[in-house]
Amino acid sequence: MHYLQQILFVITLAVATYFIRKRVLRIRANINLGKQNEIKDHPSARLSNMLLVAFGQKKMFKRIIPASLHFFIYVGFLVINLEVLEFVIDGLLGTHRIFAPYLGGFYNVLMNLFEFLAVAVFLACVFFLTRRNVLKIPRFWSAEMTSWPRLDANLILVTEIILMSAILTMNATDQIVQTRDDHYVATGSLFFSSYLIPFFTNLDTSLLVIIERFAWWFHIIGILGFAIYVTYSKHLHIFLAFPNTYFAKLEAKGHINNMPVVTREVKSMLGLETVAAPDGEPGRFGAKDINDLSWNNLMAAYSCTECGRCTSECPANLTGKKLSPRKIMMDTRDRMEEVGKSLETGGPGLNDGKTLLNDYITKEEINACTSCNACVEACPVLINPLEIILELRRYAAMEESGSPAQWNSMFQNIETSFAPWKFSPSDRANWIDK
Amino acid sequence: MNAPTVAELVAKGETPEILFWVGCAGSFDDRAKRVTQAFVKILNAVNIKFAVLGTEETCTGDPARRAGNEFLFQMQAMSNIQVLNGYGIKKIVTACPHCFNTLKNEYPELGGNYEVVHHTTLLQQLINEGKIKMTEGGSFKGKKITYHDSCYLGRANNIYEAPREVLKALDADLVEMKRSRTTGLCCGAGGAQMFKEPEKGNKEINIVRTEDALATGATTVAVACPFCMTMITDGMKNKEKEDEIKVKDLAELIAESL
Repeated sequence: MHYLQQILFVITLAVATYFIRKRVLRIRANINLGKQNEIKDHPSARLSNMLLVAFGQKKMFKRIIPASLHFFIYVGFLVINLEVLEFVIDGLLGTHRIFAPYLGGFYNVLMNLFEFLAVAVFLACVFFLTRRNVLKIPRFWSAEMTSWPRLDANLILVTEIILMSAILTMNATDQIVQTRDDHYVATGSLFFSSYLIPFFTNLDTSLLVIIERFAWWFHIIGILGFAIYVTYSKHLHIFLAFPNTYFAKLEAKGHINNMPVVTREVKSMLGLETVAAPDGEPGRFGAKDINDLSWNNLMAAYSCTECGRCTSECPANLTGKKLSPRKIMMDTRDRMEEVGKSLETGGPGLNDGKTLLNDYITKEEINACTSCNACVEACPVLINPLEIILELRRYAAMEESGSPAQWNSMFQNIETSFAPWKFSPSDRANWIDK
Repeated sequence: MNAPTVAELVAKGETPEILFWVGCAGSFDDRAKRVTQAFVKILNAVNIKFAVLGTEETCTGDPARRAGNEFLFQMQAMSNIQVLNGYGIKKIVTACPHCFNTLKNEYPELGGNYEVVHHTTLLQQLINEGKIKMTEGGSFKGKKITYHDSCYLGRANNIYEAPREVLKALDADLVEMKRSRTTGLCCGAGGAQMFKEPEKGNKEINIVRTEDALATGATTVAVACPFCMTMITDGMKNKEKEDEIKVKDLAELIAESL
């Protein structure tokens, strides 16, 4: 019986590892479709960003209630995964609670802590489900929150609730079996699951063992299944928030990335210096598709958990314009997934006749942005939708001359009168003569 | 008024301590010109040796860059940098947060390295150093003033306190809007929106922001940006409040209290 369980466990683990590995490689390849600019500067500032913002959840705490509940889920995720380690070792060796004899009384403390977190995660998820589906917080129901993003969020919350219930059921039945079967090591009393003991105490030992085993298997398969699911869902932020905060922009938010290729041309036009153009095909100016964006913009899209804090602060979105910074990130991700899937099946990939600009994100959206940085400020994991918007605008302006007519007039005014308005340059200092 | 150009100073063999970068709005927009004049009045009152570029100044390129025209931005930036470096300019003050942001954060990569301050920061320093002295019992004493954060000062450059410190020096009763500092709502003009009609929506951003300001009950809305000035002033006109509620730049409020 134990050997059978061990063999099944190895198979389960191998299957899960295969699928997770495949998805991780796909996501990495998708991110690497972006431009490969190196980000190696200021490692200590970057590390401190990651520790404060991702590990310390600093920016979450602008909204204290969801932040506290999210914090429980986050700590629960980190800590309960220690228990998964024991699950894996037990599963491979056919042991039961292998850490218990080594840790003694501390094992009981740990298990009680896990149970506390399991209950906290359970309650937080119930609260979050209520906020989404009953209270209908607007940012979870805006235009880009179509049926899949809404279902995705609910699936994650429900899965977490079921997984936490499995832990508590397992511990409750385990505590009863401990008094009847030597294979079950004494854990000491476990506070929260003890409340569930009355539901099980009249059952046969053999049935209890089946329930306990079922809950154990359910939990570990659930965790592994969830790990695979996460790679397809918006939930990847649990891993990618860390690199995303590390590689986030360090300059002042008002700074827009320079385009050295333009600098070269402008310098030679002004006769300042002539630098030989680099070899190879000159790239596009700005971004039309995902491969024109930087890899870290693409990673940011996978880091987005669609919380919508950006969109709920966006002045354009607040006044009914089509722009939604969250949609910019979701579209970027969807386009990556589409291209990735095509490449995987030998399809045309990027050359499928579609592009991020126009097929996913329209000019009406990008033209509505005031570059006010409210979205950048709002993001709890330092995603920068503005960088993508500006790259798309650059493509529209420089490759298509597709800017709004009034912007083209403004460009012309700057070229001819050196001001965005049509005034005579010689009148510039008239304010002095007063 | 007394506002020498750098060229005039150089002709006399002098150099300015600080260059006042006026900006296109401050040079051409009638309302913003009054802010420029108020700021020059302050600079003269505290005897700072400043100069302007006069007709040698051109657009920093900010709206072009934000609208996506990087070529035009860099053409502007490089020629401005040639002029500034040619005069050996070390320090720049400007009353426009967009010029401020571009000069400070974006010119260094193109060879323009200057100490750049926004006029609100300079005003705060002058007040702290005791160089600006307000008249006792100034006209703002006890009056409700609210401050509208410019995105390009606030979120873009983390300048939230300097303008508020300046307002406190007026002895005014500073009231905050429900969205302020890091969550301050844009006036609607940034990112080159100043130069085009807004996209289709159900409301104008400047109207929403004007409503935020009206909700405070303040009789003066202090701004620190020529674009915010235009947008909030238009909002007040739309609400038919332009007679009751004044929209003023910080420099004007200080200049009136000297």
